[in-house]
Amino acid sequence: MIGLSHYLILSAILFSLAVAGIFLNRKNVIILLMCIELMLLAVNFNFVAYSRFLNDIDGQVFVFFILTVAAAEAAIGLAILVVLFRNRRSIDVDELDMMKG
Amino acid sequence: MNMPDFTHIWPEIFVASMACLVLIVDLYTDKRREIVYWLSMLTLVGAALITLSVPAPVRTLSMSNTFVAEPLTDVLKMVAYAVVALVFLYSRDYLRVRELLKGEYFVLGLFGLLGIMVMISAHNFITLYLGLELLSLSLYAMVAFDRESSISAESAMKYFVLGAIASGTLLYGMSLVYGATGSLDLAVVANSVSANPESMSLMIALAFLLVGIAFKLGAVPFHMWLPDVYHGAPTSTTLYIGTASKIAAFALVIRLLAEGFIGLETAWRDMLMVMAVLSLAIGNIVAIAQTNLKRMLAYSTISHIGFILLGFVAADTQGFQAALFYTIVYVLMAAGAFGMIILLSRAGFEADELSDFKGLNQYSPWFALIMLLLMFSMAGVPPLIGFYAKLAVISAVINAGYIWLAIAAVVFSVIGAFYYLRVIKLMYFDAPEGTPSIDAALGMRVVLSANGLAMIALGVFPGALLALCGLVIPVGLR
Repeated sequence: MIGLSHYLILSAILFSLAVAGIFLNRKNVIILLMCIELMLLAVNFNFVAYSRFLNDIDGQVFVFFILTVAAAEAAIGLAILVVLFRNRRSIDVDELDMMKG
Repeated sequence: MNMPDFTHIWPEIFVASMACLVLIVDLYTDKRREIVYWLSMLTLVGAALITLSVPAPVRTLSMSNTFVAEPLTDVLKMVAYAVVALVFLYSRDYLRVRELLKGEYFVLGLFGLLGIMVMISAHNFITLYLGLELLSLSLYAMVAFDRESSISAESAMKYFVLGAIASGTLLYGMSLVYGATGSLDLAVVANSVSANPESMSLMIALAFLLVGIAFKLGAVPFHMWLPDVYHGAPTSTTLYIGTASKIAAFALVIRLLAEGFIGLETAWRDMLMVMAVLSLAIGNIVAIAQTNLKRMLAYSTISHIGFILLGFVAADTQGFQAALFYTIVYVLMAAGAFGMIILLSRAGFEADELSDFKGLNQYSPWFALIMLLLMFSMAGVPPLIGFYAKLAVISAVINAGYIWLAIAAVVFSVIGAFYYLRVIKLMYFDAPEGTPSIDAALGMRVVLSANGLAMIALGVFPGALLALCGLVIPVGLR
């Protein structure tokens, strides 16, 4: 029988994968954006699971808001990415090093 | 089905509609965009009048308990309007000279203000999160706003990625709180937290929330983004991030920790203590090594955040009052300091290096004096207001029984005084490079002078502001 803890463990794994992806990835900014999406989706998973097991609708309402905000966030992230690429001709994470100190 | 009570939400509704109106008006205006600027200023004045006309003398909840109005929210909102007005006023010439005077800056600024207002009044995790994201998304766009600048694009990307991680972590914490308490309402969460202070899942949730808060505040060890963003963003945007968004950060901490998690106060005050001391240490010591004034002010922000956190470490009424007082004073000081950078900059010259302030006294003794007041106030020299802010926080910490914290705060402030004094030394004892001049508009000169003189005026009469902070954070909060 699949219980609440299974959902929570899955969402914790997804969340850790996203964080690891952000900090280990040295290649491409687009992968960072994907990791950020994954992070928010892991949180949604948590909310839906709790909402189902607590018999409370608030969590699912929150999920709708998070999905909307995630879409806006992705739009802004991609817009910044385009600006970055037009200025640099590259989207390598390693080359984001103009400022030091 | 009865109608929701809109009384206290009119300021938010007004700012939201006016931001949309500014967006549309901007489409049909000529290149100079004067009308967009004046409409934005009108919005701020209108919002202030509306807030004053619907005051909330007692705590009132509305919109299914998601929105709170109380004296504290009114005061924070009024400070936010004033600060955003200062930011718009200082930024106008800066943006015009660089051909960046576009409607977007003001629209994003107003939407960011709306986010700040929603956060100030949030009484539910959903409202808190939406306010936070509205502010953050506006700020990301404002940093990347100068499309031709490679350095702005880089700092926008860093800000975006780290800001998104912070939001994700904060949300994960919120989801765990929801699971443990079964509610998203801050009052219900607070009751539930006070009832189970031993709960392990609440402790884990608190840790996630604190990481998210620390990222947003820029407290060490989650401060990496702050210097790069301050440095890379156009100065007008740095001004906005350095001032208005600090009010939101204060609101975030007071809502989540002082309201929702007051039952776990012993747990979070220890974590805040570590962050506060590290912020004071790293902020003040690394600032000494900077040659760029914006970067230096970024590290100085980190150290001031340390002071604000110290107020929360005290975790009693006096501590929260001191933190509020420090936040308001810091926001005014930072507005003046970044305003000075804008004042000295002209087309093709940013004036953000320390050496750009060399010999300011020789060609503009008046603004050298204003900068002197601002720097002394940041360093905490009496009788300027910065001194009373530090004094309030330190006495709150001592009354809470942390003598060693007070000593650490004083020691690091003394170290910090070095780099503020260095700016003053450059202005008064070095010769200017080239033949610089100040060609800012009269309005900016007058307001910036008033901003600098306010440091000494408030410093001589700190009573009114202190009393106000005492009034809006009632003894019953804890």
